[in-house]
Amino acid sequence: MADPMKIRASVQGDKVVVKVLMAHEMETGQRKDSAGKTIPAWFIQNVTATHNGKTVLSAQWGPAVSKNPFLEFRFSGGKAGEKVVVTWTDNKGDKRTDEATIS
Amino acid sequence: MNQTRRNLLHASAGASVMALAAAAGLVKSGSVYAEDWNKAAFDTKSLQDTVKAFGGAAAAESKDITITSPDIAENGAVVPVSVSSKLGKTESISILVEKNPNALSAAFDIPGGTEPFVSTRVKMGQTSNVYALVKADGKYFFATKEIKVTLGGCGG
Repeated sequence: MADPMKIRASVQGDKVVVKVLMAHEMETGQRKDSAGKTIPAWFIQNVTATHNGKTVLSAQWGPAVSKNPFLEFRFSGGKAGEKVVVTWTDNKGDKRTDEATIS
Repeated sequence: MNQTRRNLLHASAGASVMALAAAAGLVKSGSVYAEDWNKAAFDTKSLQDTVKAFGGAAAAESKDITITSPDIAENGAVVPVSVSSKLGKTESISILVEKNPNALSAAFDIPGGTEPFVSTRVKMGQTSNVYALVKADGKYFFATKEIKVTLGGCGG
């Protein structure tokens, strides 16, 4: 199981600013190991963020997103104390869901 | 004769099963794991090909899209890129790196209520133009910026 995400969500003006840091190798499938074998690709393909059951951001990623990916986005309609839930799925079918309380 | 007939039957039966499965939403393009991953788009090598893979015709350059990133990235493995759009009805934002093995890095769907802004970090193999591709009101627009890389991100 992958390590938890770090999620910060805070109200700034009339928007909620969400910053997410995920722990993932994001292997491209282009690199070779010391024996000259290609390291198979392993990367996050889908990311979904929801607030009160409503999707506030969904993303499809390729292997060119950096290792331990960072993501920032902003949405309106959120209040302090409510929760933001972020889920990712990688190309091996591994999944991770974490949530944060808006401050 | 019989053999041909059997082949034909087999082929048509297979095709209809696939069609049914696709209609029922059981079979989706791309990886078996991803709920919705556009493999065709992530295999493209250029901006216009990516637009086509998304189902658009062509993208026009727009001054209403802003790419925020360093002009020179010391480490190509971690290049911070932010994109914001002032286009009305922005539906999606994608980030493309022209000289990477596959151009498309990330695609974001922006639902109503979410600001047309995303910030993330991408890998760049070498100095390249970076494109922000925005779908707004059914049409595609892009902005470009060159980012110089002093240390590549794909060498390991």
